Amino acid sequence: MARLESVRMPLGASVTSSAGSVRATTGTSRHSALVRITHWITTLCFLALLVSGIEIVISHPRFYWGETGSVLTTPLFQLPIPSSRALVPTGYGYVLPDQNGWSRYLHFQAAWVVVLTGLLYAISSLLTGHLQKNLLPGKADLSWRAFSFAIAKHLRFERPSVAEAWSYNVLQRLTYLFVIFVLFPLVIWTGLAMSPAFVSAVPVTVTSLGGQQSARTIHFFVSLALLFFLLLHVVMVCLAGFRSRMRAMITGHASLEHARTERERT
Amino acid sequence: MSDLSRRRLITTGLAATAGVLGLGTAARIAQTYGLIPPDHGGFYGLGETLTYASQRLLTRHSLAREFRPNQVSKPPLANEIPPLTDAFKRLQAGGFADWRLFVDGMVARPASFSLAQLKSYPSRSQITQLACEEGWSYIAEWIGVPLSHVLEVVGALPQARYVVYRSIDPVWWDSIDMADALHPQTFLAYGMNGDELPVGNGGPLRLRLPRQLGYKSVKFVTALTVTDSLKGFGKGLGSASPEAGYAWYAGI
Repeated sequence: MARLESVRMPLGASVTSSAGSVRATTGTSRHSALVRITHWITTLCFLALLVSGIEIVISHPRFYWGETGSVLTTPLFQLPIPSSRALVPTGYGYVLPDQNGWSRYLHFQAAWVVVLTGLLYAISSLLTGHLQKNLLPGKADLSWRAFSFAIAKHLRFERPSVAEAWSYNVLQRLTYLFVIFVLFPLVIWTGLAMSPAFVSAVPVTVTSLGGQQSARTIHFFVSLALLFFLLLHVVMVCLAGFRSRMRAMITGHASLEHARTERERT
Repeated sequence: MSDLSRRRLITTGLAATAGVLGLGTAARIAQTYGLIPPDHGGFYGLGETLTYASQRLLTRHSLAREFRPNQVSKPPLANEIPPLTDAFKRLQAGGFADWRLFVDGMVARPASFSLAQLKSYPSRSQITQLACEEGWSYIAEWIGVPLSHVLEVVGALPQARYVVYRSIDPVWWDSIDMADALHPQTFLAYGMNGDELPVGNGGPLRLRLPRQLGYKSVKFVTALTVTDSLKGFGKGLGSASPEAGYAWYAGI
């Protein structure tokens, strides 16, 4: 229905933060095909990395700092979970089955796919202007006033304004930038720092972190941060209107009418 | 669907086709230059091949990090080992005087070596890290003879591409390519931290490979076979590891 009277907006059309300037009923491209495809490939890879990563951690749920660490060393901390290795003292009377074989195959395969996808996304974001238009906050958004307003709005669990169906708000922009340009590079770097062959060629990858075990511990915490982002992201999508946001990220279409009815219903 | 996204779809489709064709060419080049691991088949073949190929291009001659004597872990962790075989126990009772390392395959002079013979060759030592795929690691001084020296003594033929090595326990065998076999830090190690190599750490003889994870450093090594193909060994996947679900290449 909306399709018939749809008004096509230029791709990546930026919408100012006042809802009034948004045309009433439109059904048009919210996310480019590249953003949607890389988004879902990344989602799949992240879930694969998460599951396989948890399985690998289970084989040695102890963390250390520096170059070395084993059951003979005092750990920095130990996760209170059972292990898939009898050698690890866990306090549980049983040993879980070993899942490291397929977990490691899957972990590195998913890592390759997500790194290549990420590169494709990053390069095309620069070329198409997606980075400048949709991710970098505008000058007006970076004032303390605008910033504290956005935070207060989030803290009050206020529904997003209609304009936000079209454009990321400032907190979203900063979070996405942090995930894409800080957390992802960091998790890749610390992952590579655990590879004995890779660090033989580029030793500074691990020496700059203080050692292989430090790299492993940082890798764990960055993964936790990414998991926290994923959960927060899903919660925000649900609060903003699960159906309309999912529809936008799957089909690329965002209809304000759709978003409105959902807002009224919930 | 708008015209714009249709155009995008066509462009993406063309890019994907070009990518597949490019992959085909890349696969042929990789095969020629030995960049395809023996466990390249199946669902995880793509990731394994990318890892092995890129690390081979990057690390063919790189040296594993070496550490200072004061960084040696005390004591070095002796990981769990499978129950020792009767054959092993008999040799152990004799102080390993009858331990032999058999070398055959694509070599000019197949031979077997006693530990005393191996120890008579120029001895080398390295202080390197042993990192287990589980996540733990330790640093130790490893003393032994470079595998390249033994390969020189037996006269490995130029067409050799892999060295297969076997533990006294026949279920435990593995293989490495010549880049690793001829690497200066690949040792047949018989000593650790200034002493004999303890049985718990793989004594009397362990193939030590510091640029790969611990499971490639097979303990209780008794036989080497130089070969140009891994097809005839086990299921042809390069080692017992892929048969048990673990990757053949463990440089990651």
